[in-house]
Amino acid sequence: MRPFTAALDLRRYVGRWSLRSASHAGRFFFMLLDLGRGIAEWRVWVPRTIDQTMSVGYGSLFIVLLVSGFAGAVTSLQAGYQFTGQLPLYVAGGIIVESMILELGPVLTGLILAGRIGARYAAELGSMRVTEQIDALESLGRSPVTHLLLPRILAGVIAIPVLVVMANAFGIGVGYITAQSSLGLTYADFEFGARYFFRPLDLWYSLAKSYAFAAAVTIIPCYIGFNTQQGAEGVGRATTQAVVASSVTVLMLDTILTKLILGTVK
Amino acid sequence: MSIELKQVSKRFVDNVVLDGVDFYVAEGETVALLGPSGVGKSVLLKHIIGLIKPDSGEVWVDGQLVPMLGRKELAALRSRIGYVFQNGALFDSMDVFENIRLGITDEKLYGDKEYCIERVRECLRLVNLSEDVGRKYPSEISGGMRKRVGIARAIAGKPVYLLYDEPTSGLDPVNADVIDSLIERLQQEIGVTSVVVTHDVRGSFRVADRIALLAQAKIRAVGTAEEIIASKDPVVQQFLERDLEMAVIQAGRLTFDTPARRRSGEFGVGGAG
Repeated sequence: MRPFTAALDLRRYVGRWSLRSASHAGRFFFMLLDLGRGIAEWRVWVPRTIDQTMSVGYGSLFIVLLVSGFAGAVTSLQAGYQFTGQLPLYVAGGIIVESMILELGPVLTGLILAGRIGARYAAELGSMRVTEQIDALESLGRSPVTHLLLPRILAGVIAIPVLVVMANAFGIGVGYITAQSSLGLTYADFEFGARYFFRPLDLWYSLAKSYAFAAAVTIIPCYIGFNTQQGAEGVGRATTQAVVASSVTVLMLDTILTKLILGTVK
Repeated sequence: MSIELKQVSKRFVDNVVLDGVDFYVAEGETVALLGPSGVGKSVLLKHIIGLIKPDSGEVWVDGQLVPMLGRKELAALRSRIGYVFQNGALFDSMDVFENIRLGITDEKLYGDKEYCIERVRECLRLVNLSEDVGRKYPSEISGGMRKRVGIARAIAGKPVYLLYDEPTSGLDPVNADVIDSLIERLQQEIGVTSVVVTHDVRGSFRVADRIALLAQAKIRAVGTAEEIIASKDPVVQQFLERDLEMAVIQAGRLTFDTPARRRSGEFGVGGAG
């Protein structure tokens, strides 16, 4: 009897999981559709987007620069540890610049913002959902998508690529200063190494990743926060889910985009 | 200009909340929807404004079938309905002025600052709040004031219908009386069609022309206060007897002020005699 019950439970579990997944997919699709429709109501979202962009951009600048600075310094020190005596010193310049632009700048910024913006968006929207503020907005004949979601998503899509560019530049700068002081790397060697390994595609790749990460760390938390249920506990759960889901998505997109963009380059 | 629900049913997973409910509110009428907590009164109210769709049945407002309305039509209908939420549902990132201003549903008027200032001032006056409150945030005002700001926001767009979701719940008797007086006064001053969801028997008898009792997923009784008191339905009796004052009323030691009696000149304001 026991195996039969277990099989039945497994079927129920799979059934419920499938239904829930289909329901999420449907709601996510309709949210994207509403976002597309909401673009026309620019009078509503433009002023709110400006406010949100300021908040996301200035609010995240310090932590993004701090982390990218440390990343640049560590890259520089590790390059010194691994290559001193083995390879010419200018290689360190190439490693610092390429590591920051290709990987560390966009990915670290994406992960930091998945925590910072993702948690904020999910908690804000979740609280608004459970305290009926979103229902109140709808009851006033106003679209919550245009008033709440679109400005938050657009703010991320505008601010995050700018933050990534700044993180890249700052990380490279700190990496150079560290290499100069610890390895005795001259500016001429650093510049030679950087130019030797650099391709213009690297910048486009970094920018493409920053836009993809911006979409992930804004759309996913907005969706999760917007569909929060069950009071304060639900808000806590939504916040955690938003951070985890957007962080994992950032890493998945990192792999996919690397394969798609760099994987084809000979 | 009426509200009508025909055979509306709604269930959440295994919980049947509404089971073939019929409900009607005529133009200019105030109907109180009574019932114990958690029986589905707010769910019924949310059907009227289209926040919840019925599993079966029809919801008609202003001659329009609400669940079938498109996005724009629904937004247009909602702009003619004022909805007072149970806990105010004020936007906590905005001050009271901006909260009330958001209730101005006409986009042109919403963009006219002079009009907005005047309209918000007028709404604050209607709900007996001073202009200074406009600069405060929802977290800086009391529960009673939040309810009144919620009402001010609901009337800011000059609605044709007003839906109140438990406007006096969680308030002390004095503040509950203030809100009941406010509902009565708004009814007289702006003459809208209203539905008041409540479990406060005394308050509902005071503000409503008719009363409907929702219990066990159905409307068990509809009528004037006198008709409800006279009902022989044991569920209705059980609900009314919970209110001690109602027991006194039924014992004939106290009579009650109702809109019908006030119109006939039988009573002054206040109630008991």
